[in-house]
Amino acid sequence: MLEKYMILSIILFSIGIVGLISRRNIIVIYMSIELLLNAVNLSLIAISADTADASAQVVSMLIIAITASEAALFMALFVVLFRNKASLDVNLFDILGNKR
Amino acid sequence: MSDSTLLSTLLLSPLISAALIFFINMLFLNPRQSLFTFLALTGSGVSAVLALIVSYQSYFHAQVFTSHLFTWLSIGEFTIELALKADALGSFMLLFVAPVSFLIHLYASGYMDKDKSYGRFFTYFNLFIFFMFLLVLADNPIIMFIGWEGVGLVSYALIGFYFEDIQNTYAGNKAFIVNRVGDFGFLSALMLLFIEAGSAGFSFDSIFLSLAQIDPSMLSLIAFLLFVGAMGKSAQIPLFVWLPDAMAGPTPVSALIHAATMVTAGVYMVARFAPLYTMTPDISLFIAYVGAFSALFAAIVATRQYDIKKILAYSTMSQLGFMFMALGVGAYSTALFHMFTHAFFKGLLFMAAGYIIVAFHHKQDIRELQGIRKSLPLLFVMMFTASLSISAIPPLSAFFSKDAIMGALYASGHVELFLMALVASLLTAYYMFRMVFVLFYSQKTQSTKKSSKSMLYPMVVLTVLSVFAGLLNLPELFGGNLNISNWLNLLDKELLLPHAKELLLISVNTLLILGVILYTYKRYAYTQAIHKESQENLVAKKFYVDEIYTLLITQPLHYLSIFFEQKISHGIIDRLINLSALYYARAGILFSYLENGNVRFYALYMLIGVVSGFVYLYWALRGVL
Repeated sequence: MLEKYMILSIILFSIGIVGLISRRNIIVIYMSIELLLNAVNLSLIAISADTADASAQVVSMLIIAITASEAALFMALFVVLFRNKASLDVNLFDILGNKR
Repeated sequence: MSDSTLLSTLLLSPLISAALIFFINMLFLNPRQSLFTFLALTGSGVSAVLALIVSYQSYFHAQVFTSHLFTWLSIGEFTIELALKADALGSFMLLFVAPVSFLIHLYASGYMDKDKSYGRFFTYFNLFIFFMFLLVLADNPIIMFIGWEGVGLVSYALIGFYFEDIQNTYAGNKAFIVNRVGDFGFLSALMLLFIEAGSAGFSFDSIFLSLAQIDPSMLSLIAFLLFVGAMGKSAQIPLFVWLPDAMAGPTPVSALIHAATMVTAGVYMVARFAPLYTMTPDISLFIAYVGAFSALFAAIVATRQYDIKKILAYSTMSQLGFMFMALGVGAYSTALFHMFTHAFFKGLLFMAAGYIIVAFHHKQDIRELQGIRKSLPLLFVMMFTASLSISAIPPLSAFFSKDAIMGALYASGHVELFLMALVASLLTAYYMFRMVFVLFYSQKTQSTKKSSKSMLYPMVVLTVLSVFAGLLNLPELFGGNLNISNWLNLLDKELLLPHAKELLLISVNTLLILGVILYTYKRYAYTQAIHKESQENLVAKKFYVDEIYTLLITQPLHYLSIFFEQKISHGIIDRLINLSALYYARAGILFSYLENGNVRFYALYMLIGVVSGFVYLYWALRGVL
């Protein structure tokens, strides 16, 4: 049973990675990050159920709490970024990069 | 007071007063000048009194004072002690260095009166005599070297004392740099000595004990290098060029450093290493020749100088040449005795010069100072006495010391040395009395303002000493028994002449000198001969020595450094460094393509990193799993 949960988790994680790297809209990137985190959550809970050890569930609760606060930060970030450039395309926000 | 405390107090009291003057000068805005005077005179006065006690004990009771301050270095078996020792030679040096220093301090308190750097001056002055005592009292060559360097350093500060005028600073630099050349010789000699004889301890006594084991050629090299050091300090050919320029300092500095103390350090050092020099007759002869040429050269140049202090400076160099001649033929105590009398009359002459300079608004050219006898009668008497003394007229002090040197030179069998010394001594009479007659015997008269009493008293004392000091070492010919030579008990060569011959030598000498003085009187007194002298010939240009040094040493060094700066430094080294910097910049551009500021790419890099980390882990742990 664990194996199936893990496969699902890996699939979710891979989707998240691809989304993170290939999408340009910052909201989609945010959602991809959430997907990554939840893939990890899923695997943690699955392992916890399999080994009958509750400590992994504690970690996943912690991750959910952090994800919630991260959501609030991201909302604020979207607003600021949109006010600056009237767009949410991450390719526009590259002032740290090498300008030539 | 125990012996060791006494000796330490002698050494440290000038240092303490120098430190006190320094801090008071630094911390307070307007310190009282009398406080500085009090401190400076106490510092040097205490040393002078103690020095007299030390030399009294040494002379009458043959007592050797020692003092161990602390251990400076201790490496395994080898230690360098900061130990002081006043044996006969050291006590003899103290006998004239300390009192003359005190008198010059007294004189300087009048000379420097109301100078704005009064405190700074006496800090240097007291520090100087501290280093001089350290040099004289050192029990091993390393401590001696510290004193040696110390007097060099302070003399640099004192020569450039009026540093507002850049020329004075240059003169100070010149003295310092030329002395460095000499110090290089001294230091190399010490290193060689240490390698050859340092195993059994490095105090003078233990070095002299192990001299016999050293290879003779190495011994000659050491002796030669030591003498290079002496050349620098005692202004002998070829390292004399700093002494005339050093007259840029205040006159008490010239009196203290360039007449009575520092320049005698070289003579003292050679005498201290007498056991070494008796084993190297070739080097000793070389010393005698260098001394002879220096004496002659300086005497010739002095005949065409017009600056009163420069005349005295060349005269000092010439007299030091006499001392080295005596050292070279092995008459160590004779040389030291001449140094003893020289300290008095040359100190007096410099003080008199300073007195004239102050009295006549800092004029130093004897052509502008003509006819000052009426206004300074006492000074005239003193200067005349000192000039008679330096010209070796009996029975003044230098007569005994200089004629002893002439006798030793004659007895040593080196007739050419004797003749050079004779010519130099005749020229001494000529240039000294040229100065005296031009200054004092003239139709013109000049009046002056008053000078202070504190300048006059030390001069009176020195006049008395420069008249009578010669009696201390009365030769057998005149019913004495060479007290000082017996006291010093150095490794003198037996250079005795039959009394009849000695008497003949002395009378011929004296008659010749009197003849020269008479000729000088005819030529310079009440005439304008001094104004008619050519300024263009070889002598007036000091044989172009400064120019030759500039051409041979300074200029090539200058061009060499320009070459290194432009071709080597900028041309090669800078280019190499810039080249490597350029490639770093290129490499930086390559990597900067990765840093495009785009968040998604950073995520990709992270992913690549993590994946490759996992791949590596999988590959590495495959065997274990």
